[in-house]
Amino acid sequence: MTDRPLVEELRLFLGDPQTWWGPASIPLRLGEHLLLSAVAVLAAAALVIPPALWAAHRRRGVVAAAAVVNIGRAVPTFGILVVVVVWLGLGPWPALVALVALSGPPMFTNTVAAVLAVDPAVLESAWGMGMTGRAVLMKVELPLALPVIAEGIRIAISQVIATATLAALAAGGGLGRFIVDGFAKRDQGELLMGAVLVAAVAVVAEMLFTRGQRRLVPSQASAEGSR
Amino acid sequence: MSDQAGAAGQPMISLQDVSKTYDAASAPAVESLTLEILSGEIVVLVGPSGCGKTTVLKMINRLVEPTSGDIEVAGTPVGEGEPHLLRRSIGYVIQQVGLFPHWTVRRNIATVPELLGWSPQRISDRTGELARLVGLDESMLDRYPGALSGGQQQRVGVARALAADPPVLLMDEPFGAVDPIVRHRLQDELVDLQKRLRKTIVFVTHDIEEAIKLGDRIVILNVGGVLEQQGSPAEILSRPANRFVEDFIGAERNLQRLALRRVAELRLKWGPMVEVSTTPEAAREAAAREGTEWVGLLSDGVMAGWVPVSELPESPSLEGLEPRPFGAVVSRRASLRQTVDAMVGSSQEMAVVAEDGYYCGLVDFRMVSEALGSQRGSRAGG
Amino acid sequence: MNIFNWEWVGRNWIAIVERTWEHVFLTAVAVVVGTVIAIGLAVVAVRRRRWYGPITSVTNILYTVPSLALFAFLVPFTGLSTLTSEIGLVSYTLLIIVRNTVAGVDGVSRGVREAADGMGFTARRRFWKAEFPLALPVIMAGIRIASVTTVGLVTITAILGQGGLGYFILAGLRSFFWTQIIIGTVGSVLLAVVIDVGLLWVERLLTPWTRRAAA
Ligand SMILES: Nc1ncnc2c1ncn2[C@@H]1O[C@H](COP(=O)(O)OP(=O)(O)OP(=O)(O)O)[C@@H](O)[C@H]1O
Ligand SMILES: [Mg+2]
Repeated sequence: MTDRPLVEELRLFLGDPQTWWGPASIPLRLGEHLLLSAVAVLAAAALVIPPALWAAHRRRGVVAAAAVVNIGRAVPTFGILVVVVVWLGLGPWPALVALVALSGPPMFTNTVAAVLAVDPAVLESAWGMGMTGRAVLMKVELPLALPVIAEGIRIAISQVIATATLAALAAGGGLGRFIVDGFAKRDQGELLMGAVLVAAVAVVAEMLFTRGQRRLVPSQASAEGSR
Repeated sequence: MSDQAGAAGQPMISLQDVSKTYDAASAPAVESLTLEILSGEIVVLVGPSGCGKTTVLKMINRLVEPTSGDIEVAGTPVGEGEPHLLRRSIGYVIQQVGLFPHWTVRRNIATVPELLGWSPQRISDRTGELARLVGLDESMLDRYPGALSGGQQQRVGVARALAADPPVLLMDEPFGAVDPIVRHRLQDELVDLQKRLRKTIVFVTHDIEEAIKLGDRIVILNVGGVLEQQGSPAEILSRPANRFVEDFIGAERNLQRLALRRVAELRLKWGPMVEVSTTPEAAREAAAREGTEWVGLLSDGVMAGWVPVSELPESPSLEGLEPRPFGAVVSRRASLRQTVDAMVGSSQEMAVVAEDGYYCGLVDFRMVSEALGSQRGSRAGG
Repeated sequence: MNIFNWEWVGRNWIAIVERTWEHVFLTAVAVVVGTVIAIGLAVVAVRRRRWYGPITSVTNILYTVPSLALFAFLVPFTGLSTLTSEIGLVSYTLLIIVRNTVAGVDGVSRGVREAADGMGFTARRRFWKAEFPLALPVIMAGIRIASVTTVGLVTITAILGQGGLGYFILAGLRSFFWTQIIIGTVGSVLLAVVIDVGLLWVERLLTPWTRRAAA
C-alpha cells in the first residue's frame, strides 16, 4: 500500500469528481448493487418458493430439503460465483445466475421446513372440514408458514448483498468494485469507502426487512400463543 | 326417539366388515368391524388408547382409506365422489381441537360455510347463532384461538363442526382437554343440544362414564379395533359380554348401575312416621317398633320433620312440637346414585322419599345394595 | 471436453496439501477463538439478561456485514495479514454460537436447575456443572454450523493473499483454468463435510447421555 496517511487517501478519493458523477461513481454503483440484489432475490423467490410449497404440501421435499441445507452451507459462495462466471463468461448476467443459485437454497429449505412444521392437528381439521388440497395450501399452510418463509427471504437478501459484492471480482459492477479496485490500485481510501458503503447497505437492508417482517405478520404473536 | 325427525331410525352410517392396516408390517388398527348407526342417535365408541377409535372416525370421512370393507353414509358409499364434498356434509371435531391459529374465532366457525360459498350475511347470522348455541360470549368471536382457554377452544371446535348444519357429526374426544367440572358442563350442553338438533353423532371417548352419560348406544372396542360389545348403556352395564368388557367398565360399573335405577323401583319402608294428630304414646310405640331414637311427623301426609324420642312430651298432644327438617330428601324419580349421594352428603344412613312434600317412605343403604344384587338376575331374566 | 487435468494435480499436489493445511488452520483458529469469545458473551447474556439484546445486536451486525467489506475495512489498519483474516472469520462465528448457547442453557429444564440449587450449588457451579453440559448438544450444533460456514468464508481470504483452497479458486478465475476452480471448490466442500462429521463425533464423545435416547 502507499505511504500516504489514510486520512489523506480518503480525502483524495472523496474529492475526486468521478466518485460522485459518472460510470464509476458511488450513486451508479449503489444502483447497480441494489438492482442486481433485488432482481436476484425476486427471481430466486419466484423460482424456488412455489415448488417448495408444493413439495412440502405433498410431503415430498423432506429429504431433499435436509440435503440442500447441508450441502448448500458447505459450498463456498466464492466458488459458486467463480464457477458460474468462468462457465458463462464475465459480466452482470453470470453474476445474476450465481446470485439466484445462492439465494435459492435458504428460501427453499425455510419454506419446506415451515410448511412441514404446521401443526398436524390444524392440518387434520383443514382436510376434515372439507378443504381442497389447494385451499389447505393457500389458506392454511402458506399463511402459517409465512413468518419462517420471510425469515428465509431475509437470510437470502443478506447473502445476496454480500455475494453481489464478490461479483465485482468477476468483472461485475456494484459496490464491490470499489473494494476490488481499491485492492488493485492499492488505494486505501477507495477500499475503505467501499467497505463502509457495502456494510451500510447490508445493515440497512437487514433492518428495513426486519421491520417489514414484523409489520407483515402482525398476528404472529397470537398465532404462536395458541398451541 | 322414533317420534323425532322423519328419517330417524333409518341407518345413517354403516360399516360393513371394515378393516384398516396402516402398514403391512404392523397389526391391523381396525379389524372386520361391522356397525350400523341410526339417524338421530348418539353412538359412543369407547376403548383403550390405540384401539382404533380415531381410525374408525377418519374412515367415515375418508381422512383414512379403509384397507377393505364398505362404508356408507346416508345410503351412499363414501368412496363415491370427491372426499372434500363428503367432508363438508360431515361435522368433524378432532381430538386435538385444531383451530386455525391465524384466523379469528369467527372465521374459524365460518370455515365450512365459507367453503360452501354462503353469503357474508348468512355466515355472520349463523356464526352469532352458533356462538349462542355452544355458550360462547359474542365478545370472543373476534379473538384469536390463542387467547381462549382450553374449554372455550373446544366449544369453538364444536361450533365449527356444526356450522353448516351437517346431518352427521364425528366427535373425537371433544371434551378431553378440559377439567372435570367444565367437561360435565359441556356434556350436559351436548345432551341439551342433541335434544333440539337430533344429529347422528359418532362420539369417541375412553371415559366410560362419559359414554354412559351421552350414548344411546355404546360400542366397546379392544386393541386392534376388535368389537367386544355393543348395546345400550343399561345392557352393557347389566350384561357385560365378556371379561374384557367387565374389566373395562370396572369400577364405574356399580356406581353406573346405581345411576340407572330409580327410587321408584324399590319397595320403600314406612319407618317410624306418625301423624301429628296422634298421641305421643303412639309415636313412642312407632319408634320402638322400628328401633329408632326418633320419630317423623306428618300432617295430612305432608312431611313436617323429625323429633328425638327424648323430646316427646308427656302431654296428650304432639301439636306444640317444633320438628327438625330431614337432611336427605329425594323424589321417587331420583336415581339410586343421587340417593346415595344425598345420604352421604348429610351423613345419614337413610333418605326420605317424598313427592311435592307428600311423604312416600324411607330408603336405606341396605335396600340400595339389595337392589343392586337383584338387578342382574331380574334383567338377565327379562 | 477435458475440464479436469489430472496431470496438473499430479504436479501440484504439494501445493494442494499445503493450501489444505492453511485452510484447516485458518478455520480451526477462527472457530476456537470464536467459540471462546462467544461462550464468554453467552455467559454474560445468561447471567445478566439486559445484555442479551445488545450482544445479539452487535454480533448480528458483524454477521450481516459482507465478508469482503469487513476484510477491506480492516486492511488499512491490519494489512494483508493472517490477523485481518482471523478478525473477519472470528466475527462471523459469534452470532450463531452465542445464540445457540443461550438457547441451549434456556432449554435446560427447571427441574434440573432446582435440583442443582437444592443441592447447594453456587450460581457459577450450577452453570458449569449442570446448565452448560446439558446445553452442549445445542451449543455443538451451533459450533458445527459456524465451522461449516467458516470453511466457505476462508476461500474469500484469497484476496488477502491467503485463502487456503480458495487460492486455487482465485487463481482459476484469473486464468480461466477449470482444474484449479474445481480443486478449490470441491476441496472446500469436502473439507466442510469432514470437519462437520468430525465435530459430530466430538459431540457424541462429549454428550454420551444423549446416545441412549437416540438408539
Ligand atoms: N397414520 C398412522 N400411521 C400408522 N399407524 C397409525 C396411524 N394412525 C394410527 N395408527 C395406529 O393405529 C392404531 C389405532 O390408532 P387410533 O389413533 O385410531 O387409536 P385411538 O383409539 O384413537 O387411540 P387414542 O385413544 O389414544 O386416541 C394405533 O396402534 C396407532 O399407532
Ligand atoms: Mg384417538
